[in-house]
Amino acid sequence: MDKMFLIFQREYLTRVRKKSFLIMSLVGPLLTVALFAVPVLIAKMSDSGKVVAISDAGGLFQTLPENNGDLRFTRVSADLPTAKAEFKKTKYDALLHVPKLDLTNPGGFQVFSRKGLGLSLENDVRRAVEGAVENQRLSQAGIDRATLDKMKVKVELQTISLSDEGERSSSTGASTGVAYICGFLIYMFIFIYGIQIMRGVMEEKTNRIVEVVISSVKPFQLMMGKVLGIAAVGFTQLALWVLLSVGISSVMAGSVSPDKMVEARVNRTAATTTATLSTDTPQEKAAKKDTNVAAKMTTALRAANLNVPLLVGCFLFYFLGGYLFYGALFGAIGAAVDNETDTQQFMLPVTMPLILTIIVSQAVLTTNPNGTVAFWMSMIPLTSPIAMMMRLPFGGVPLWQLGLSMVLLIGGFMAAIWVAARIYRVGILMYGKKITYGELSKWLFYKG
Amino acid sequence: MQPILQALNVRKAYAQHVALDGVSLDIPERSIFGLLGPNGAGKTSLIRIITQITGADAGEIRIRGEKLAPRHIAEIGYLPEERGLYKKMKVGEQLLYLARLKGLTRTDATQRIKTWLQRLDIAAWAEKNVEDLSKGMQQKVQFIATVLHEPGIIILDEPFSGFDPINANLIKDEILALREKGATIIFSTHRMESVEEMCDNIALINRSRKVLDGTVGDIRNTFRTQTYAVEGRGRLMVVHPDFEVIEHHERENGHFYDVIRLHAGATPNDLLRYLIGNVEVHAFRELIPSINDIFIRRVRETMPETILEGEPVH
Repeated sequence: MDKMFLIFQREYLTRVRKKSFLIMSLVGPLLTVALFAVPVLIAKMSDSGKVVAISDAGGLFQTLPENNGDLRFTRVSADLPTAKAEFKKTKYDALLHVPKLDLTNPGGFQVFSRKGLGLSLENDVRRAVEGAVENQRLSQAGIDRATLDKMKVKVELQTISLSDEGERSSSTGASTGVAYICGFLIYMFIFIYGIQIMRGVMEEKTNRIVEVVISSVKPFQLMMGKVLGIAAVGFTQLALWVLLSVGISSVMAGSVSPDKMVEARVNRTAATTTATLSTDTPQEKAAKKDTNVAAKMTTALRAANLNVPLLVGCFLFYFLGGYLFYGALFGAIGAAVDNETDTQQFMLPVTMPLILTIIVSQAVLTTNPNGTVAFWMSMIPLTSPIAMMMRLPFGGVPLWQLGLSMVLLIGGFMAAIWVAARIYRVGILMYGKKITYGELSKWLFYKG
Repeated sequence: MQPILQALNVRKAYAQHVALDGVSLDIPERSIFGLLGPNGAGKTSLIRIITQITGADAGEIRIRGEKLAPRHIAEIGYLPEERGLYKKMKVGEQLLYLARLKGLTRTDATQRIKTWLQRLDIAAWAEKNVEDLSKGMQQKVQFIATVLHEPGIIILDEPFSGFDPINANLIKDEILALREKGATIIFSTHRMESVEEMCDNIALINRSRKVLDGTVGDIRNTFRTQTYAVEGRGRLMVVHPDFEVIEHHERENGHFYDVIRLHAGATPNDLLRYLIGNVEVHAFRELIPSINDIFIRRVRETMPETILEGEPVH
């Protein structure tokens, strides 16, 4: 136990004191903030808006289509050659030509542009044409557009999960969101820091100190100390990142907080609308929609009635457990090989279950969180850290399942460390030899 | 006296070959023991069993009569052939870590590290990373790590490889001093000439089997060839009932250098008496076979097949 702590201490201290750790701890949060801030800034800058000119020979557009976000429409000469000449002189992004039309079978629409349209602009223009044709047909049939709109209906369902503990209102949408966030966090963390454990285990071999160390401690102690030590480094870094990110974003909040941004957008659109003398203000609407979405999300989360303490507790457990389990497996890979180029062939089978869980998550876990496949996936240690975390937000996971899954994960971790230690011990004696799977399985039962 | 370390019929086989085949050794306390043999003979396998890195398939190791157990780890200091240290760790910290892994307390270890670093003249480097040290200095650090916990048994695998002659002598002196303090030292090497003058006892291993062991003096005695080198001036009779001249070299001014073997029953004094009567003797000494020669001879006698295959015996 003492020796394990010594190893833990060394692994932890040597890494935390490295300059690269300090740099990553500082740069990490900046990157995280940048990850969120840059798209916002880019969106802020590329607000220029596109203008589509309409040459309406068919008289389709009695009124111009509503401006749609950044897209505006304007009317030019109905005569195509004149319109083309006009288009060349202006800076419009596209020219839409509407030919003389047969409303029952409309066709022959053309869009001219300088550099190609881009998918979203093409869609917007098509939608505008379709809307206009629809309007014309409606009026031919004697139906008022407003009447039609009134007839459309939108229903919201309140979902309630009926379990032994009684009724709980739940929101599938919010649960899915929480499930995915938890699942992805665990997935990313395992991938990023698992590799570090693998490298750490190879360290003694590359430094050729392995015989001295192994003649002092048991391989199991060495493995356990190493995996825990490097895991602690990962958590320290994560904790620093969270703290610094929160710190930096609260400093930056003055300029990029959602409320202020909405306000800024509203102000700007007000300015542009006065300039273009447009009657409607779609950007203002969009801004309002943003606030609505935010409000909706909070209510949805509240409606989901998530068992927050349980979720947080389980998240921490599966986060830690999954990381340690996979860390031990990566450790076993590190134990089997001498250098990093040889690791590839062993990486795939280890990472496969993890990737698989994410791939099938939508089909199996979030749509049928209490089904048979979901049950088994949340039991097997290879998939349980992610699978269980994706099931939990939907509720209805019996306590015995949760308990069993946790016990299996801890057991899996110990077994993986044991395997890694076995492989390590025999691996020492095989310097420079290429390792195959057959060889590996022999090592496990080698009485050395 | 009970040997400090005993190997009893130790056998170790890997998937492809047998590394040790019934090897038995007695290593007396406070001796310098040479475990000699060519590369691949099984020396390192035996050491790894003693240091509990791996286990024997059959037979056992005893330390002071007790079966080898994990608690004996602290009694053994091991300098492996593959030298290496944590490159990014400071010298002092590294020694402290390795010493504490062997069970030393922090205060004890710190004190001893200080003493040793001063002794080997590298105290100024204690705060430097190992990668900043020269290879010789790294070897010193590793030697300190081997003996820091004051083990009763010190195992040095190829001890002098990588040391320049000055440092090799320094380490030799330290080894002798450790023996004076009561430690038993085991050298394992294929360069027999590098340790033979230091060893009290040796064992020769070839092809996973022990071919010879005993005290250096006894072995030399057994393998004496009754051959003498004579230098002098004059003419030496070539045919004589007591001896024969194996080699004859003429030098200038009537000087010669001859190698002479005595026939059974004749003593060196008989030869010397004859020489004094016939030539002017400048030098007369027995040609004692080196351990290397003995090894080759012994292998030739007991396992001629290994020589025929052109095995490099060196």
